[in-house]
Formats: sequence, C-alpha cells, structure tokens
Amino acid sequence: MSALAHVPTSSGQAAAPPPRRGRHTALPYLLLLPGAAWLLVFFALPLLQLAAASLYDPGGSLSTGYAMTWAVGNYPEALQAYWPQFVRSFLYSAIALVLALLMGYPLAYAIAQKAGRWKNLLLVAVVAPMFTSFLVRTLAWKTILSDNGWVVGLLRDVHLLGPDGRLLATPVAVVLGLTYNFLPFLVLPLYASLERLDPRLLEAASDLYASPLRAFQKVTLPLSMPGLIAGTLLFFIPATGDYINAELLGTPNQYMIGNVIDSAFLVRLDYPQGAALSFLLMAAILAIVFVYLRKAGTEEVL
Amino acid sequence: MTMGHETPAGDLRLANLTKRFGVFTAVDDLSLTIPQGSFFALLGASGCGKTTTLRMIAGLEEPTSGQVLLGDRDIAGLRPYKRPVNTVFQSYALFPHLDIHENVAFGLRRRGIRNVGDQVERMLALVQLEGYGRRRPAQLSGGQQQRVALARALINHPQVLLLDEPLGALDLKLRRQMQIELKRIQTEVGITFVHVTHDQEEAMTMADTVAVMNAGRIEQLGRPADLYEYPATAFVANFLGQSNLLAGEAAGRSGDDALVTAHGLRFSVPAGRARVDRGPVFLGVRPEKLHLVERPEQVPAGHQHVGGVVTDASYVGVSTQYLVRTAWGSELSAFSANSGVGGQLPLGAAVVAHWDPRHAFLLPRESGEDDQTTPLLDQPPVGVLS
Repeated sequence: MSALAHVPTSSGQAAAPPPRRGRHTALPYLLLLPGAAWLLVFFALPLLQLAAASLYDPGGSLSTGYAMTWAVGNYPEALQAYWPQFVRSFLYSAIALVLALLMGYPLAYAIAQKAGRWKNLLLVAVVAPMFTSFLVRTLAWKTILSDNGWVVGLLRDVHLLGPDGRLLATPVAVVLGLTYNFLPFLVLPLYASLERLDPRLLEAASDLYASPLRAFQKVTLPLSMPGLIAGTLLFFIPATGDYINAELLGTPNQYMIGNVIDSAFLVRLDYPQGAALSFLLMAAILAIVFVYLRKAGTEEVL
Repeated sequence: MTMGHETPAGDLRLANLTKRFGVFTAVDDLSLTIPQGSFFALLGASGCGKTTTLRMIAGLEEPTSGQVLLGDRDIAGLRPYKRPVNTVFQSYALFPHLDIHENVAFGLRRRGIRNVGDQVERMLALVQLEGYGRRRPAQLSGGQQQRVALARALINHPQVLLLDEPLGALDLKLRRQMQIELKRIQTEVGITFVHVTHDQEEAMTMADTVAVMNAGRIEQLGRPADLYEYPATAFVANFLGQSNLLAGEAAGRSGDDALVTAHGLRFSVPAGRARVDRGPVFLGVRPEKLHLVERPEQVPAGHQHVGGVVTDASYVGVSTQYLVRTAWGSELSAFSANSGVGGQLPLGAAVVAHWDPRHAFLLPRESGEDDQTTPLLDQPPVGVLS
C-alpha cells in the first residue's frame, strides 16, 4: 500500500472535511466500556483478590479467618509440595499437543484444501462433540477405555497390552483424554490459516524445484504459522490447567496441578496454597508462551 | 550476460499432445516444435487450451497422451520440480511470507546453491528492481511484482521459460512498457520463451513465431507478419486483426490468378495467395488495404472494387474508420490513414471500395457460411443508427 502514498491526491481525501474530533476519539472507548467493565469486575478484581489470598497467613482457616501477613513463603512451600504435579501437567499436555498436532494438522489441511463440497460437513463434524458437555464426553471415554471395553480387549488380543493390562487409570488414558477434548481448539485456527493458502503458491514452489516435502516446509508451514501458533496456545493452555481428565480417567498418581488446586480450594480449604499454586501455574504458562512466541517469531500473532 | 546450461538444451517439441478433462478435450493432438532461443507465442481466446498446453510443459498438468520433448528427452513424465523449465504465473504467485530477495532466491536455494546474493542482485538489476530486496511482495505495485516473478523464474537459467499471460493484470501503458522489457530480456538471456496470451497485439509485437490456437488445435503457426498478411483460416483472419471476408465460389485458376465470384461480382486473387482455388471460399481484404474513392473512374488500374454507402465514420486520430454497406447488405470496414491526403467522407456518401488483388487472400469456407465482416471494435452500436 505504500506505493499509493506517492500518488498526489489532488482532490479525494485531501479535500474531505476534517473529522469531528470529539466524537471520533470517544467512540472507541465507548465501545470498549461494556467489555472492559466486565473484565474489571469479574477478572481483574478477583485476580487481585486471589493475589492477596496467596499471601495470607497459611496458619489461618476458613472458620478462624485469614490474616494478611505477606507470606511470600507460600510460594516456595507450594512448589516444594507439588512440583511433581506441575511437571506432570506440562508433560501430559505436551505429549497430548504432539499427538493432537499429528492428527490435527493433516485433518485441518484436508478440510481446508482437499474436502471440496464436504468442507462444511467436516467442519461441523469437528465442532459437533462440543454440543455435549465436556464432562459427558470425558465420561464416555471412561466407557471406551474401560477394562471390559473392546479397545482394551483388542489391545490384549494383539498383545499390545498384557493379559491384565489396562488403559483406564493410566497416564495413557489421561493423555488421550486431553488430546481428544482439546483437539478442536487446535484444528479450527489451523483450518482458518490453511483455508487461505493459495494452491497456486504450491504450484509455484513445485515449479521452482521444491519437492512436495520442501514445498510444505517452505511454503505451507510458514503460511499456516499464525493458525498453528494460535491453535497450539488454545490447546496447550487449557490442557495444562485441566483437572477433569486426570480426575475421571486417571488416579491420584496421574493428578495434574489442576487437581491439586481444585482440592486446595474445595477439599483441603487451604486458600493461600490454592491461590499460590494458581499464580505459579499462570506464571509458568505465561513464561512458556512468551518464550514460544519469541522463538516462533511471528509478528502476525502479536 | 552469459547463461550457463547444465545440460545441452534443445528445441522444445510437443508430439501428439492431448489433454482431456472428462469428455472435454482441452488440447487435441497438438504437435509443434519451438526452436531453442526463440520467442514463441501461443495466441488464442480463453478456453482454447493454450494455458493447459503451457501447464503440461511445466508439469503442472499431466497429458492424457503424447510427449513433451526437450532436445531428445521426453520430460512428460517428470514431476514439475525435476524439469528444467520455469514459469511466470498469471497471478505471479509470489510467496507473501518471503521478501523479494528470498522470492528470487527460492529456486536456487531448493537446488542447494549457497551464496546466492550476487546472482539475486544481478537478476534484480536485470529487471530494474535494485534495492527492493528487503521488501515484501505486498509492498510492490503490480508491474514490480510481475518483474519479481520474471526474475524468480529467470534466475534458474531454465531451458524454457513459460509465461502465462504475465501482463494480463497490468494497465495498458505498463503492459506496452513490459512487452518491450520482456523482449529486451529475452534477447539478452537467449532462453526459449513460450508466451501464452489472448492479446494479439502482444503476441505480434513480442514473438518471433506465433501459433494461433482454437479449440485445442493450432490453426496457424508462423511469423507474425506472415500470419497477418496471409492467414490460413477465417478464424485467424478475424482473431489476428480485422478482416473483411466475402463469401464466394472459386472457379479454378486462370493463369496465375484464382477466379472468384461473390455476390454476383467477379474477382481474382494471385494463385500464391489462395489457400484453395475451387469451391466455397472467403475472399479476404484487410480494412487498411481497402481504399475508398467517390467515383468508379478513380479506381487505379488493376484494382478491384465494390460499390457501397458510408454508414459510419469514426475519427480516431491516426486514421478514420469507415463502415461501407454494400448492395447486398454486408458492412465492410475500411481504415483510411489520416495522412492529410483527401478529405473526410460524409455519412451516406456513395463510395467505391477498391483494393489491390495482391493484398487479397482466399480462404476455405464451409458452404452456407455468409460474409464475415468485423464490426469496428471500439464503436458503440448506437453510432450506426445516427
């Protein structure tokens, strides 16, 4: 568009009346107001409350009340007690992300570039599971992976599982559940990126000595990067904080940090610890996202 | 600048090349030879199979049957990235995520060539885009993008460069400029150019050889002047410039002339300018070869003539374009150069249109086809009524 900047504007924009400044400057803020108010009341203030709670005296309780003692020590204590769950959270969601990418990228590519008139139907199929609740879908996986189910039966028959081997209550089940539940969040942004990919660019790449693999690496992949980054973030962030999959498909040995926070607030009623763990999780995810975006280096996303 | 060829190049030959899409035959048993180093234009209306032919040479379309030979090697079975052929696409297809430098270097890098900087700089200089290396395609104008597309293809020193209507998206002035530019570059690098276009003027100004395609076949192939002066078919006569084609019957030869009767009038054409000399024919005369005078006595000796009435005159500066309605109702077009000799003819004037028989030509005609006289292209139909 910079080329247009050199064109002298004899009449056109130059002669347009000056904008009425007052209204034009106020309007964007007015449009922001409802959303900003909502975020302030239901996000910013609770976040502050949570930050405060994470610094309460750990000796207090719900019945006796909490004293604000700036107990920074809550953080190292929480980390020391629950670092395995932290590591497990990131490990599980990282493995799930890899699995989801292996399935989701070809799926998004096929829908965007090859599906033709089936495109809309396939997109609905990707979104359709969302019409049932997260909880119900995860419970369905409990049935699918159950010891008497045909999946386990088949795997035992082909000796991929021992005679009394099982899937339920193992890390495998939790990772599979995470993969399944968050797959659409990866596929949809990827689809949006790949759908815009001009197939003529791939022809051009092929004409310029790029084998199909090279063309993918040098043209398709970079051009789908915005969708890929958005998709991986939308997958990874909620998957890391998830506690339903570990709760329903795993055992306490598979518990993730979400389960610990859940029990800190609802079972053990240890608010300072729950709040500290929440902030640690948030900080860890922010750090990972920051490094990731730096590495991926996409000005398109930020 | 010298271009090193990895393999000895040769003529590009298409042998019985056919492409069918379902029941539709896009390219029909096409055979032609494009000499090495020539500027060859495939000219035709949209849907005539010219782009499909180009895509088969590039490898982007698989022929239903036939061969694509480069020298003695049949490349029809090779994947596009294995062919020593590069394409300038109609849409340019520049990579939007890469800057101009990387776009141009793309082909070299894929072939594992390092230190591409000098070559890219030289190529950008050739297309007059020095200093644009760090910009993105979206920051360039259409003409500049077109030149990047050209540089990106040329840098690979292909044996054959394919150009798919590369100037179609440019405005008229820029198109003329790029035509000259392309011709200059082709002469400079000496690579075989195969240029697909529907613009007859573009084909004629640039190419050494023009092939006019129609319905998947080549109607005529030759030097632009030969095609224009002595077309082989009515399609070529009308597609390449305008023609007045009168439906007639040829009655064989008399000496060196072929004799024709059309609309009750008798004409002759030199035998060397008759594609057929018996049966139904078109007698063709180009509008600029048709001269108008007011009285039959003014017709020069040896010229042939028909009478008519001026029904339209458009003054276009360099010439005046007349429509002359003959006694049998066909409207002939005649261009009169605005050289200052002779005045303007008024509408409704009775005139005699005459021509030198050496400028006429005889073409085969399907019996039943009537006169084909092209209306003036840039003439609104209401002008005829006034």
